[in-house]
Amino acid sequence: MVRLRVIPCLDVKDGRVVKGVRFQGLRDAGDPVERAVSYAASGADELCLLDVSATREGRGSAVETVRAVRAAIGIPLTVGGGVRRIEDAARLLDAGADKVAVNTAALERPELIAEIRARLGAQCTVLSLDAARREEGDRPDSPPSWEVVVAGGTRRTGTDAIEWARLAVSLGAGEILATSWDRDGTGDGYDAELLRALASAVSVPLIASGGARTAGHMETALDAGASAVLAASIFHDGVTTVRQIKLELARSGRDVRLPLCPPTVQ
Amino acid sequence: MSPDVVLVRTGVANVASVTAALRRLGVEPRLSDDPAEIRGAAAVVLPGVGAFGAGMGRLEAAGLVTPLRARVERGEPTLAVCLGLQLLGLESEEEPRVPGLGVAPTRTRRLTGAPRLPHFGWNLVEPDPGCTMLTAGEAYFAHSFRLDDSPALAAEGWSVARSLEGEPFVAAIERGAVLGCQFHPELSGAYGAALLERWLERAALTLSGGAA
Repeated sequence: MVRLRVIPCLDVKDGRVVKGVRFQGLRDAGDPVERAVSYAASGADELCLLDVSATREGRGSAVETVRAVRAAIGIPLTVGGGVRRIEDAARLLDAGADKVAVNTAALERPELIAEIRARLGAQCTVLSLDAARREEGDRPDSPPSWEVVVAGGTRRTGTDAIEWARLAVSLGAGEILATSWDRDGTGDGYDAELLRALASAVSVPLIASGGARTAGHMETALDAGASAVLAASIFHDGVTTVRQIKLELARSGRDVRLPLCPPTVQ
Repeated sequence: MSPDVVLVRTGVANVASVTAALRRLGVEPRLSDDPAEIRGAAAVVLPGVGAFGAGMGRLEAAGLVTPLRARVERGEPTLAVCLGLQLLGLESEEEPRVPGLGVAPTRTRRLTGAPRLPHFGWNLVEPDPGCTMLTAGEAYFAHSFRLDDSPALAAEGWSVARSLEGEPFVAAIERGAVLGCQFHPELSGAYGAALLERWLERAALTLSGGAA
């Protein structure tokens, strides 16, 4: 059986790792290559690198960051942020990404997903979905629902997150990176209801993102149907390590990849 | 001395990760789709990301079908990864009317029984006792199709490593200096690096006259 995956996420802006809360208030969190190498040595199953640069110059440096990270690590690398055209996706693959995540541009033009799938394959095509809970409105007992947010979470699109995921998979997305805007950077735990709704709507693997602080949070996400758990702040801030999280998951009987001995410095 | 390694330019494959993995082992691969180079290279990597039909189409258009077949039949150092491995087979359910290279006597079908597809992630690789390059360990997979575990493989001298996701499937095959992996050794951390190193050592040995 395939192992559950633990995926540290590097949000990169102008060549530096940054992290905020609900996508805002970004603070510096180190050098991307140093972070990548240390997470890979700690047992990361994949890395995710999201370019959150706001400018064209920043985007150019993101390709260089991908190249440098790829040269240093031998585990899979998913890259997202600013992918607007098939050429952007191809450029990131050439630089060393193994999977490309699309977000805002695909919402505006869903065919982008089909184009990337046709040229690069479903195993390269990831939908990055930022979902915020809708206000409950008049009926507090109504089931929860989520809408897609863009522009660093500052704009609610009105698009239903679950429907969007379903459409993206039908167009060829091979994986969904589902970030809860409400939980991002808070340490309050993943939005398990969001994950459960997505897991029953689509049959591709689901990466849980937004809110992780403990191994217990990760277990909740896995029970909700996620195949992988992503976290950023807790690893950047030294709250815990990938190794520690995986040891805790293994102790709870979860099927994770564990290095047999402590990583050696080469 | 590390051997001269040529990476087949298929146009549909991502070669950056394979290149980076070989560089970390001190090998600078050359990218080529020239049949003479593929025929004459000390070692060849057939990477694979993308679809079976498009992959075979590119090999045919570049005139690489015959040189690749010859390499595998002679046991010359050749590494086929993911779709590359599937292309060694007879055919694929992904593109039923397109014949593969036909050097590995088995077929490619959709992975069935897996809870979610594509099969993304690390899974256990369990080699036959006959494997000399492949060892037991966890490797990284990213695929929805896989080779049938046909007895014809062993009959033609292939040793098989298996994995399990919904059903047992062929994780890798080896014969002489030919290695075909459904998983991605270039993305499989220390396990993958060690496997690539053993393949490069086998290639160097083969070239120094250890095997024909």
